[in-house]
Amino acid sequence: MADLTQTTTPVERSRLRLALESDFAYQFRKSPVAIVSAAIVLFMVLCAVFAPLIAPYDPFDPASLNLMNGFSKPMEPNAFTGETFWLGTDDQGRDVFSTILYGMRISLFVGVAAVLFAMVLGVTLGLIAGYLGGWTETIIMRVADVQLTFPAILVAMLIFGIAKGITPVEYRDQMAIWVLIIAIGLSDWVQFARVVRGATLVEKNKEYVQAARLIGRGSGAIMLRHILPNVLSPVLVIATISLALAIIAEATLSFLGVGAPPTQPSLGTLIRIGQGFLFSGEWWILLFPAVTLLALALSVNLLGDWLRDALNPRLR
Amino acid sequence: MADPVLSIRDLTVEIPTRYGILRPVSGVSYDIAAGEILGVVGESGAGKSMAGNAVIGLLSPPAHIAAGEIHVRGTRVDQLTGDAMRRLRGKEIGMVFQDPLTSLNPLLRIGDQLTETMLAHLDISRAEAERRAVAALEEVGIPGAAERVGSYPHEFSGGMRQRVVIALALCAEPSLIIADEPTTALDVSVQAQIIALLKKLCRERGTAVMLITHDMGVIAEAADRVAVMYAGQLAELGPVRDVLTAPRHPYTHGLMGSTPLASRGKDRLHQIPGAMPRLDALPDGCAFHPRCPRAHDRCRVSPGPRIEDGGGRAACLFPMVEEAVA
Amino acid sequence: MALVDIRNLTRIFDVSKPWLNRVVERREKSYLTAVSDVSFEIAERTVYALVGESGSGKSTIGKMLVGLLGPSSGAVEIRGTDLARETDAAKVDAVRRDIQMIFQDPFASLNPRWRVRDIIVEPVAARGGDTSGMAERLLEQVGLSAKDAGKFPHEFSGGQRQRICIARALASEPKLIVCDEPTSALDVSVQAQVLNLMSDLKDEFGLTYLFISHDLTVVQHMADRIGVLYLGRLVEEAGPDELFDDPKHPYTQMLLAAAPQLDSFGREVPPPTGEIPDPINPPKGCAFHPRCPLAADVCSQTRPEMRDIRGARVACHMAG
Repeated sequence: MADLTQTTTPVERSRLRLALESDFAYQFRKSPVAIVSAAIVLFMVLCAVFAPLIAPYDPFDPASLNLMNGFSKPMEPNAFTGETFWLGTDDQGRDVFSTILYGMRISLFVGVAAVLFAMVLGVTLGLIAGYLGGWTETIIMRVADVQLTFPAILVAMLIFGIAKGITPVEYRDQMAIWVLIIAIGLSDWVQFARVVRGATLVEKNKEYVQAARLIGRGSGAIMLRHILPNVLSPVLVIATISLALAIIAEATLSFLGVGAPPTQPSLGTLIRIGQGFLFSGEWWILLFPAVTLLALALSVNLLGDWLRDALNPRLR
Repeated sequence: MADPVLSIRDLTVEIPTRYGILRPVSGVSYDIAAGEILGVVGESGAGKSMAGNAVIGLLSPPAHIAAGEIHVRGTRVDQLTGDAMRRLRGKEIGMVFQDPLTSLNPLLRIGDQLTETMLAHLDISRAEAERRAVAALEEVGIPGAAERVGSYPHEFSGGMRQRVVIALALCAEPSLIIADEPTTALDVSVQAQIIALLKKLCRERGTAVMLITHDMGVIAEAADRVAVMYAGQLAELGPVRDVLTAPRHPYTHGLMGSTPLASRGKDRLHQIPGAMPRLDALPDGCAFHPRCPRAHDRCRVSPGPRIEDGGGRAACLFPMVEEAVA
Repeated sequence: MALVDIRNLTRIFDVSKPWLNRVVERREKSYLTAVSDVSFEIAERTVYALVGESGSGKSTIGKMLVGLLGPSSGAVEIRGTDLARETDAAKVDAVRRDIQMIFQDPFASLNPRWRVRDIIVEPVAARGGDTSGMAERLLEQVGLSAKDAGKFPHEFSGGQRQRICIARALASEPKLIVCDEPTSALDVSVQAQVLNLMSDLKDEFGLTYLFISHDLTVVQHMADRIGVLYLGRLVEEAGPDELFDDPKHPYTQMLLAAAPQLDSFGREVPPPTGEIPDPINPPKGCAFHPRCPLAADVCSQTRPEMRDIRGARVACHMAG
């Protein structure tokens, strides 16, 4: 193998090639769980992104709705109009398949944005706390400790409630999604901060950081250019697992009626709407969004678990 | 020579990896007699620790013994598994590692660790075991042994901890001790104490010792015979004075020459060019030939003669004779 | 004038438990004196070695010299500039540019996410200097190939990594390099290569080394002047020949006797007694007196001053 005889390889290999040849890529190819979950996640993300192209109906265009199509059963022609819907329709005649695609879009967007927000906040605070130490660290980490004593969903509901109280009524529905993102993100930054602080404490005592210090590099440059790239592996793991949790958290909030508004229904909103029809026999309105949410959260979680094992050098 | 305590024949350890099968130990044979200290020396990755781990059955998978035999006091041990191996480890083989903390349970008083070990392997009463625990600590030179049996490992300094480990390794009266870099983590003055202790105890009890180290000075001071390993193979085996003063394998010769010595003054050190090959890129023929100043064409195709115990001393086709280290 | 002038250098670390623990457990603050009143000079283009066992403060002195740690009292002057007290930023930067460091662990001292090229030129790039072709030139100077510049640290062995560290240290064209146990993580044959390389570079670039090590044979090979440290104190300073042929401090004598020698087959000498004391509560007077065969009453009362004895500086009441 050419890449093993270290002193004779003449070409400088790109980061992409190095990544493809890495142990990490090798482990991925050897894990069926990782491949299947990655495939499901990828498929669902593509479906969500291209929902307007894939969905047979636009569930939010009142003009395309026909109330006569209401309560169509899956795969059966409607008694009045004769139209057939794969996954049936809800009370207003909206195609469940299409609402799921659009709902997944909202769920994923909220989940990803919330995790990104939490990640940027948590990583920044964790780096600063770990590298600077002293009072800065004490304050950041005590705030984190206090927040950890409350369940994340309570924190999110609290933030959501405050935000709702201070926004004018006419903007509420527009702002709801962004408030949701900030509420979930703020309830989730602590994990990132703790892990990054721990990893930073280890890295900052390594000799390459001392070498950078004695050159005269400032704290900011050392944190950003030296330490940050070396603490990102655990961040990636937490981000993936957090994504699953954030999607669930969003669904929970929406299910409780404090999340995405019915005009922009997420999977959680759909489940809330659907559970009203469960006992009257229209099971499909609840079941299909619920199964979608389950599959999405489970795949992301399995991917996160695999990632944790693959990136943990002690388990290899 | 009486029957050796430890006898290794053609030992080969393999690790299957995605790049192919690696052989960290390849066709190694040596004996250790009662009361003898065999120094196993080599650079990192030479396979010296891996051979020791194979003897005590502590190879971490996927590494495994692929060929060869290991006998301890005439019993074949390389095929033992689970409980049988564990019993043998405590009873016949004692172990001393580089980091004393890995051999001691941090939650147990050292007196309890000693008595438990003895009760598990010796047919004695608890009172007798407790008496012997104090005696063992006294023997390894721990001051106030009668009080210190109640202490926990973290209450000892590094040097004292290594003494406790030695007491623990010796308390079940094993016939073989495997000491893997026992003094590497210690300061020079403490190292001298530990080496002296190890030598004294083994002489008195007739315990065989496999002393694994990278430090030629420690070997010179402690060992009776020395086995020099290179890239998983035995390069040279013989009485320590002969091997160190008149090495026959060019690798041993180079190793001795590259050690700074008072008598050599401040001239440039002799250096062996290059580095030891990685296990996944071993050259054909003799593993040392790319770095060997005496390599002939034959060395590139055929490996040196294997050292059988009692047979040749250097695994070299063209061994050096009567050439003192420069 | 000496390149480096270290005077009465002391470094104290606060190793107390957190405030709350101290209050609850009614404990005093505790301090560890890592370096205590150490003075020596390093002449230009020489190798000064500091030897000592763990806790002797040798690495702490190295860190204070390069400015990674500030002294608690005393001074480190490099060409007359005291890094810790100088207020002129330009002067500080000029001095810093003249000092570099090589670390012990070749695996931790290179950022694993950076290419070798970026690692080597960082000392110059950080100051906005021109770095084109610099990494390739330096790599060849330390015995590696210019093509190695595009690789990552994990593609190299320990010895090769230490060469990369040396290349980085050379990038800013320093006058003084502090070498903190540069070869103790390397195998003997690789150690010889690195020591030879360091000697060559010293002659070629007119470098000065502060060489920190616990290995007496390496120190003897490299050094022009050797300082022996015990528990943060300088106990003896001499040239290598004087120190090894005629050690004057009882601790130096003990250390030399304890070091394993290649020709000491079956040596049966009584090993040294005792251990290094707790540096938080060091013995009064001479720190070595509890282990010293020559100790007298005065040794447990008064700390000995440095005295000149036959070409060496020795801190011992009894030596003569």
